[in-house]
Amino acid sequence: MALEFSQETLKQFQEVTGRYPKKEAAMLPVLYLAQREFGYLSSEAIEYVAKLMELSPARVYGVVTFYTMLNLKPIGRYHIQVCRTLPCALKGSEKITEWLKDKLEIRAGETTPDGKFTLSEVECLASCGTAPMMQINDDYYENLSESRVEEILKSLK
Amino acid sequence: MEKVLLRNVDLPGSHTLAVYESQGGYRALKKAVQEMTPEQVTEEVKSSGLRGRGGAGFPTGMKWGFVPKDSPKPKYLICNADESEPGTFKDRVLIEKDPHAVIEGTILAAYAIRSHTAFIYIRGEFAFGARVLEKALAEATQAGYLGKNILGAGYDLDLILHRGAGAYICGEETALLSSLEGWKGWPRVKPPFPATHGLFGCPTVVNNVETLAALPWILDRGAGQYAAIGTEKSKGTKLFSVSGHIGRPGVYEVEMGYPFKRFLEEDCGGVPDGRKLKGVIPGGASMPVLRADEVENVRMDYESFQAAGTLLGSGGVIVMDDSTCMVKAAWNIARFFAHESCGQCTPCREGCHWMEKIFARIENGQGGTKDLDTILSVSGNIIGNTICPFGDAAAMPAAAFVKKYQEEFEQHIAQKKCVLRE
Repeated sequence: MALEFSQETLKQFQEVTGRYPKKEAAMLPVLYLAQREFGYLSSEAIEYVAKLMELSPARVYGVVTFYTMLNLKPIGRYHIQVCRTLPCALKGSEKITEWLKDKLEIRAGETTPDGKFTLSEVECLASCGTAPMMQINDDYYENLSESRVEEILKSLK
Repeated sequence: MEKVLLRNVDLPGSHTLAVYESQGGYRALKKAVQEMTPEQVTEEVKSSGLRGRGGAGFPTGMKWGFVPKDSPKPKYLICNADESEPGTFKDRVLIEKDPHAVIEGTILAAYAIRSHTAFIYIRGEFAFGARVLEKALAEATQAGYLGKNILGAGYDLDLILHRGAGAYICGEETALLSSLEGWKGWPRVKPPFPATHGLFGCPTVVNNVETLAALPWILDRGAGQYAAIGTEKSKGTKLFSVSGHIGRPGVYEVEMGYPFKRFLEEDCGGVPDGRKLKGVIPGGASMPVLRADEVENVRMDYESFQAAGTLLGSGGVIVMDDSTCMVKAAWNIARFFAHESCGQCTPCREGCHWMEKIFARIENGQGGTKDLDTILSVSGNIIGNTICPFGDAAAMPAAAFVKKYQEEFEQHIAQKKCVLRE
């Protein structure tokens, strides 16, 4: 079955494209809608967005591959993103990542077999004063230690 | 010192309209749209001496002045909330704790350039900040500060919150424009400048969050009061984000010209655990590092940092103590830039990766005697040869690390290992 937005999402699509002076400008918000609806941006999802936006799939694909928050592959329910940039590195982010790799038995960029966690190392998230830190889905977790990370993992059902 | 930017952030409920109004919020907007012309607002900001706080330090009022008054095209004002410079987390505080100051500032700037559509471009990762701003925008619209016929003065403004999707380069103003138009964030050749050919080819001004958040205070209290703060050329206050090996990390509002050493040692609690300062990056990872001995007489303003061979930049202060391996620090920053290079210009796209690889092999004990010269050569071939300032931002710090900690780099190469790793 071909991918399609739900009625509710289609309504949001109309709303968001109507806000901008030009339809193309709504590209990122529309891709966010698609990612929320379909989980990730597969070729089918990109083709569908392209049709809605009246653009070529290549044009949309070029945007998707440019931004780190747009996923071309399926992703775990919890996307753990550990900041690795200098201020976090000075405060021990490497240890946090190593601990997570051991605990989850995956490497950075991989998803656990049960589809619960994806682990990524990312660049600066503008939370340097509370380093080391990580982002899980929409939320920031700051001033991390190994024991704090363990508690956080346990709290995620 | 009276706080201009962090004046509200510690108040309970500082993100709400009620608290913001109780502190005189939107008084400046009222005064501007009801009593002043856009030109008068621009003049006021010009005479305040306010300079752009995103990193470049360009005079704000002058930037607005480049927008052609007789253009039949729509004009756009964009609040740059794509805060991504490593070591910088000041805009996030304003967005989350004082969103109405950001919004009021954005409306004031839009009014000054006669824009009727404005955007806040916020980095995608700031999901919480985006929610705070959404709520604040709804409150401001409800109260008549946004939308049609603002405060009955006949001025209309639609303010749209736009989320980025993870790309450092989109903080560069022309990349931001490409991104906002629905493309990948590739910077554009200047000239033409955004003031004449910006968003959709229309006159556009992009201002940083901190710049805009200063406007309500400036217009409420008057340019003279703002210009009385700071130094002759660096007026007002500046937010500094302090991170790394420091006693009290966080965001500080500082009068321009404040002694840097005193700031680090007294205000921020100095380097902890009995360690000594080894180096400090004063303006975000794009700016050259200062050795401990170079910090002595530096003052916290545009001119003084420049005289010391670095730049104030975004005010992202990254402190490194004497346990820090400077090769590893340089590698970390080079890796950041290699990851974030947009890939448009060859010197940057290729050079950033080469610098990262070379730093990595030196740190891992596989460096060669010519590696340092190669880094300086690569760096020199990037500087000035790219469309946007990203290239310089990647190349300058790499060269500074090599030159200022040359001995440590040479030891790594000679001993074929990291000399600081236990």
